This record gives sequence, structure tokens and C-alpha cells, in this order.
Amino acid sequence: MMHGLIFTAIQSFFATTHGRRRWQAVTSAAGVGMSDYEAMLTYDDDQLGVLLTAICDDLRLPRQEVLEDLGTYLVSHPQMESLRRLLRFGGETYLDFLHSLDDLPDRARLAVSDLDLPPLELREVDDGLFSLTCRPGLPGFASVMVGVLRAMADDYGALAILEYRDRQPGGEVISIALVESAFSRGRDFDLGARVL
Amino acid sequence: MNINCENFGAMLDRLCPMHVLIDSDGGIFRVGPTLQKLRPDQPMPGRRLLDQFDLTRPRPAGGLGALLAVPSRLSLQFRDAPRTALKGMSVPAQGGAVVNLSFGISLLEAVRDYALTSADFPPTDLTIEMLYLIEAKSAAMEASRLLNQRLQGAMVAAEEQAFTDTLTGLKNRRAMDHILTRLTDAGATFSLMQLDLDCFKAVNDTMGHAAGDHVLQRVARVMVDETREGDTVARVGGDEFVLIFDRLTDPALLAGIAQRLIQRLEQPIPFAAHQLRVSASIGIATAGGRDAPEPAKLLHRADLALYAAKRGGRACHRFYAPDMEDDGMPG
Repeated sequence: MMHGLIFTAIQSFFATTHGRRRWQAVTSAAGVGMSDYEAMLTYDDDQLGVLLTAICDDLRLPRQEVLEDLGTYLVSHPQMESLRRLLRFGGETYLDFLHSLDDLPDRARLAVSDLDLPPLELREVDDGLFSLTCRPGLPGFASVMVGVLRAMADDYGALAILEYRDRQPGGEVISIALVESAFSRGRDFDLGARVL
Repeated sequence: MNINCENFGAMLDRLCPMHVLIDSDGGIFRVGPTLQKLRPDQPMPGRRLLDQFDLTRPRPAGGLGALLAVPSRLSLQFRDAPRTALKGMSVPAQGGAVVNLSFGISLLEAVRDYALTSADFPPTDLTIEMLYLIEAKSAAMEASRLLNQRLQGAMVAAEEQAFTDTLTGLKNRRAMDHILTRLTDAGATFSLMQLDLDCFKAVNDTMGHAAGDHVLQRVARVMVDETREGDTVARVGGDEFVLIFDRLTDPALLAGIAQRLIQRLEQPIPFAAHQLRVSASIGIATAGGRDAPEPAKLLHRADLALYAAKRGGRACHRFYAPDMEDDGMPG
């Protein structure tokens, strides 16, 4: 079974960007038998594939592009502020954040104990040049991560070039070139903003 | 390893950014950058520890002496507002002491009050992880709360649609209203019993809801046993029931049914190691022929009769009589 958070992320992204009516049309075309997913329930693994196919058909975009947009949405849309904040706890700078990615699945599990994200491994290939390997387990996760990492670079005010490189037996690989850590001011992160 | 004082201080700044070094008189001569950030306009070096902080543990009497003499756990609080509470450890050193402080449970307010960032905490400090966890768990809890709210809404909607009381399997008030309207519209001859359990509240209050639920289920079974297939038994309130007897208005028969119901409901109900006891009061009203009251009126008559039964000492039944109208209902 797959965690409902994955489905609500897709639903929130599509319905916010393209409207609720179009979302209902997509779920109906996918034949998943529902149009509202619950974050705290689980769903059949197979639903993810059919849902993504229906979305790509509707938008007439390749899957990788749709998933990258989803990743960007998850970090940059005001509605997703809480997720952006949780990611910003990863580190003070974008570089710290990149190094925290190895812990991301554990951090996710700490928050939601049954949320299983594939392991991530960051390797520094050269000065300012990294490769991130996303182990298999969640189809399309690497593409979503490209969008997430791109949006997080903006968030930190870093200038980075991200690219989905290839799929290897051990997982999918993203290359990250960190050109400048403090390129722009970035967005504020106030540790205590959510504190009661 | 030989560490000179300046190096040692710089090291502490990094490792324990909330440290305080005090001399043998309790005077502060160095503080870590995060601690100083809590009072940016008041340089702490040069002040006395006890002028800056209230020492709540060890207690002020001889408190300073104690922490200069032996390693001590400390609780302290700023003397001026915001009166952030801190906890820490002090270790005597060279006549004075090295004190390392931390926010403890006051962390959430402190982060807000002083606009602290992750750079203010060393990576060995779990503060940032704790803040992360609090936010993550709050978000997850909120999602669960919303789900519960939606499920609750769906359940209420489903119950509103339903004709069955989920606890007892009897008809509910909605179903009873339907049947009553149908009988009245058809000009049928029938009678209606309004039955309230006596002593139910006591069982519920002293033995708990599980016992109360058990009683209600048992009572429901008795009422179904004691009525005919075509009769209606409905639970219309917590311990309130309505029984409708189609084509039956004979007072002697109805009295017999009422007495038998009360007698059977009074039989002790075993629950865990206990015997639960309740009884019932019943009010009866009939409809048919020339006297065909509206449903609301009929229910009101049965209610008046029920009230008379309760006033008559409970555990009994009464038939509606027109003179009951004068007595009025209790407020």
C-alpha cells in the first residue's frame, strides 16, 4: 500500500494549478473511483501509475516534466509552507541542506512513521559538483526531487543547476552543480514562526 | 594538551555557545555568543551571575558556594523580562566555574522571543531536531484531526439518513416519526407507549458507559421480545423509547403488556461481576376512530401519561386522561 500523503500531494498540486473540476475529470478518466484522497490513509500502489498517466494525458506533458513541476509546487506554493519549513530544518545553507538529504527518509519517518521514502545518497563528485542517487522504491521520486531541489535552491538564495541524469540499476541519478551559495537573498526562515 | 585561556574560550564559543565562565566571586568574565544574544544590549561580562540570573537550583542560600565547590545541576531564570528559564551544568575550575546552559523546556518561547536560528546551536545540540519534530508532528496531527473531522461529518450524515439506532438496532426517532405520520395519515387505530428507563443514569454514572450501553442493548431485546412483529420499537433518546402497537387499543391488553415489560426490565442484568438493575415508567396514549390526534399531539399525550407514571412512584404505567392536560408538564 502507498501512503496517502503521496496522493494528496498530487491532488493538491493538480487541483490548485488546474482547478478542481479538471482534477475530477482526470480521476474519472483514470478510473480510480474517487477524487479526494486522504493524507492519513493508504491506497493501492497501482493507483499511482494510472493517476499519473491520466494527468500526463490531460496536460499533454511528459511524466518527468509533470513530476518536476510537482516537486517545485511542494516547496514553493504558499499552501505548502509547512513542508518548505520542514525541509529548511535540514540546514542553515543550501550546502548543509544537500548534505541533510541522506537523512531525508529518516526525517520523514520521524514525522509520519509509515511514510516510506526511498534512500537518498549524496556524493560530492568535484568541488561544487554533486550527484544524488535515489534508490528504487517510489517510481518518479527522482524527478520530483529535481523540482524540490531546484525550488529549495531558490528558497536558500543559492544558484544551482539541476539535471536528471539517468536511471541505473541501483537507482536514478540527479546531478547538482552548486554555482553560488549566496546568489540572492532567498526566503526567510524564522525558526520560531510556527511556535505557538 | 595545554590550552591557553583565549583558545579555551574560543573553543567553548563553538562547542557550548551558551556557556558562562565565572570567577571565584561569582563575577561573569566570559559568555558564549548564543547566550549573549538573549541580552544583546547588556554585555554580561563584568556583571555578577546572581545579578543576571535568579538561581532556583541549587537554592540561593549558599547556591553560588555550592556551584563553585562541586559539579552541580542548575536551574536559573533571567531576572528581567523575558524571564526565560534555563538549565545547565556547572563544573568548578581554577577557583571559579565553567557553566554550560540550555533552554530545556522553555525552548519554544525562547526561539520565538529571541529570533534564534540554527546557527545559534551547535550540531551536537538536538534543539533544531526537536523543533523539526514538533512542527512535523503538529502537521501530521493536524492532518489526522482534519480526517477525523471529515469522518465524523460523514458519520453524522449517514446517521441522519439512517432509520436504525446503531447501538440497539431498534428504530430511531426519524423512523418513528415516519411510521407515526403514516399511521395518522391513514387514520389507523393504534396506541403509543412512551417508555423511560428508571435508574439508568445511576448505572451509567457509577458503572460507566460500557455498562450503560450493555443495559440499553439488553433492554432493547426485551422490548422486541415482548412486542409483535408488526409493532414498532424505537429508541428516541438516551434512555427513552417509543413503542407503537398497530390495531391495538384495548386498555386491558395494553396494561398487561406494560406490566410485563416493566417486570422483565426489572430483572437484574449481569455485567462483569455486577448485577445491574433498572426499571421503567410507561405512559400510554391511543388513537383511532373519532379521536385521531396529530403525531405531535399524540406524543404529547403519551408524555403526560409518562409524567403521571413517574409522579406515581415510577416502575408503573399510566394511561393518558384529559385531566392530565391541566397539570402541565414539568419545566
